[in-house]
Amino acid sequence: MIAEAGLAALWLAAAFALIQLALGIGVARGGSEELMLALRRITLVQGLLAMAAFGLLIALFVNSDMSVLLVATNSHSAKPLLYKIAGAWGNHEGSMLLWVTVLAVAGAGVALFERRLAGKTLAATLGAQAFIGLGFYAFLAFASNPFTRLNPPARDGQGLNPLLQDPGLAFHPPTLYFGYVGLSVAFSFAVGALLMRDVGPAFARAMRPWVLAAWIFLTIGITAGSYWAYYELGWGGWWFWDPVENASLMPWLAATALLHSVTVLATRDGLRAWTLMLALVAFAMSMIGTFLVRSGILVSVHAFAVDPTRGTFILALLGIYIGGALALFGARVGTVTQGATFRIVSREGALVLNNLLLTVILGLVFIGTLYPLVAQAMGVQLSIGAPFFDKTIAPIALVLVLATAAGPLLNWRRDVLNTLLGKLLVPVALGGMGFALLFMMNPTAPMLPLLGIGFAIFLGVASVLPLVRRKLRRTPLHIWGMVIAHLGVAVSIGGMGADAAFKAERLTAIEVGQSATVGPFRIVLSDVRPALGPNWSAVEARLTVTREGGTAFELRPQQRFFSTPPTNTSEAAITTMLDGQLYTVLGAGDAEGRWQLRLWWKPFVTLIWLGGALIALGGLLALIGRVRRERRAAEAEEYA
Amino acid sequence: MKPKHQRLILAALALVAVLGAAGLALSALKDQAAFFYAPGDLVGKPVPAGKHVRLGGMVQGGSIQREADGVSIRFVVGDGIATVPVSFRGVTPDLFKENSGVVAEGRFQPDGSFVADNLLAKHDERYMPPQLSGNQHVSKSLEP
Repeated sequence: MIAEAGLAALWLAAAFALIQLALGIGVARGGSEELMLALRRITLVQGLLAMAAFGLLIALFVNSDMSVLLVATNSHSAKPLLYKIAGAWGNHEGSMLLWVTVLAVAGAGVALFERRLAGKTLAATLGAQAFIGLGFYAFLAFASNPFTRLNPPARDGQGLNPLLQDPGLAFHPPTLYFGYVGLSVAFSFAVGALLMRDVGPAFARAMRPWVLAAWIFLTIGITAGSYWAYYELGWGGWWFWDPVENASLMPWLAATALLHSVTVLATRDGLRAWTLMLALVAFAMSMIGTFLVRSGILVSVHAFAVDPTRGTFILALLGIYIGGALALFGARVGTVTQGATFRIVSREGALVLNNLLLTVILGLVFIGTLYPLVAQAMGVQLSIGAPFFDKTIAPIALVLVLATAAGPLLNWRRDVLNTLLGKLLVPVALGGMGFALLFMMNPTAPMLPLLGIGFAIFLGVASVLPLVRRKLRRTPLHIWGMVIAHLGVAVSIGGMGADAAFKAERLTAIEVGQSATVGPFRIVLSDVRPALGPNWSAVEARLTVTREGGTAFELRPQQRFFSTPPTNTSEAAITTMLDGQLYTVLGAGDAEGRWQLRLWWKPFVTLIWLGGALIALGGLLALIGRVRRERRAAEAEEYA
Repeated sequence: MKPKHQRLILAALALVAVLGAAGLALSALKDQAAFFYAPGDLVGKPVPAGKHVRLGGMVQGGSIQREADGVSIRFVVGDGIATVPVSFRGVTPDLFKENSGVVAEGRFQPDGSFVADNLLAKHDERYMPPQLSGNQHVSKSLEP
């Protein structure tokens, strides 16, 4: 019964989305207060229904109801509870249901909390949100129903890919989806503003919290995903420029640009058309990302052509929404009156530069991700790997670091170049000295990573300068947020540079009792024994590690074997120290009794994810600060 | 400065940036795009040695051999038309086994063998090299 109830909730939610769209159009065309209230409530109910449908799907997974096709193909009764729940979104249909649920809940959030926008613009926004929702409801109902029954029921399920059975990954898709779909709100805002010709600082202030929230989730999702790939795949890398990774990076780049341009619009009433355009592009990137990951087109264009229903459906939705929004933009952009102009040497100027560079990076990632697919469709097989992205994006990213350092130190309207250079003297000197020192100590190390570390020191110092000579207790939260986020960028780049420049890798095959060295470590293979888990068995190595002059400790990398589905995975054993991570992977054993070991010493690699966490924390502080400020402003208006 | 002028200057700047990026991308693509071959593509049309390419196909049953150093392996990749011997030094990915698909990145040697510096395992255990997925349609079967 649960499956049928879930399907009913899904259809009902779709019906309410239709009513929401109609009401949105009605109110935007001049409806009454009562209609507006009805629209808010309908939106709320649609969100609740979608949540109910998703909750029922989770219940099916928790109960291991093998009469439901999705559960039988993606779950197993012997799985730990957390992964039964995570299994609900660890597959195509469930993740699309999660997507539309977040979409509906985001709409409900707008209806509940949005008090600043003009009523008509809000109505148009909710209507647009309902219109997006309808497409995805149709997709679920007609092309990928998560509640399909299986008759006769399976005896037990096929299990979840063991690589996905990991706490980090259990929360990775929902986090990313909150980010993706949060951008749908910005998209709907932009559509509403275009329809109602209502673009200005008030609109920007209403949109900003949503953009910030979505961007925070995307930052967390990408950081967590990167760390998961690092320790779960056992390859020692933290970013592979894999299309799946790029699919999540593109919306983040667009959202980062949007975050900064929205600030220009809110503060100085500039960049009106550009901000609207970015809001449309950011959500377009989210949908393209969803399409890439969820249509199977990445596995191969051919496989996509064999079973094109879903892919074509998402592609059609993409065409309708993005094409429609861009057409609307083209038709209405003339009526968006010019905002204020700005000078080159000013904070606005720096933000425009930031937007320009982020857009160029986005374009490069976009080309690098989609070009192989287009070429493949033309019959040419080629792949674009990390070297392409490193070569093209790293130089631009370094220029972006300069803008990031300079922007917060400039006045909004106009500034003097010499003042800025004076302020940047100390960071430039420190960064330059850091680079020179590193270069003299390691003349053989690759150039770009060392340069990256130099730039990271420069940005790290420059990013805290806005706090100098301020009363720290009275500094607004959003300034703290900006400082911490920019510091996070510096920390992250520093980690990337250190890892690329100084990592030591060792690949060897040794017998029990023999030893190997990597970096400053001596590692003895003291034992290899079997180990057992809830739904896997393993071969576990005991490695006794000593660091020069330090005490010994033990690491236990494993080779795990899962029976449902039959796969084996390497569980890397990692130890974290203040100055880096020692990363050990156990490979296969051979007939002579030797075991393969892959050992890495990665200095300061943890800074990469620490930086990501700082960026997200900065965003959170900014969000809290902005929301509190808006509240206070609203209260002040009421008393006035 | 009039808004109109500023907009023009910005548009010009954006255009320059986009063109610059496109130029950068194209020049990098020339060096960096690795073309993908299956063993059958190479019959009569060998790839010049030393060029960085990808080779995809099935790991032939019984072909995986370990070298004396314990960390190098040799195996044979085939696609039903032709086969190519491949050597690789490193820990093989979790999903690498005989009779399943593999994509090797590396270079051909003058003698026609292939030295891989990277073996790719996809996120998806149902991954098949593109050329092979056509004649072996992957279906989900469930135990009754």
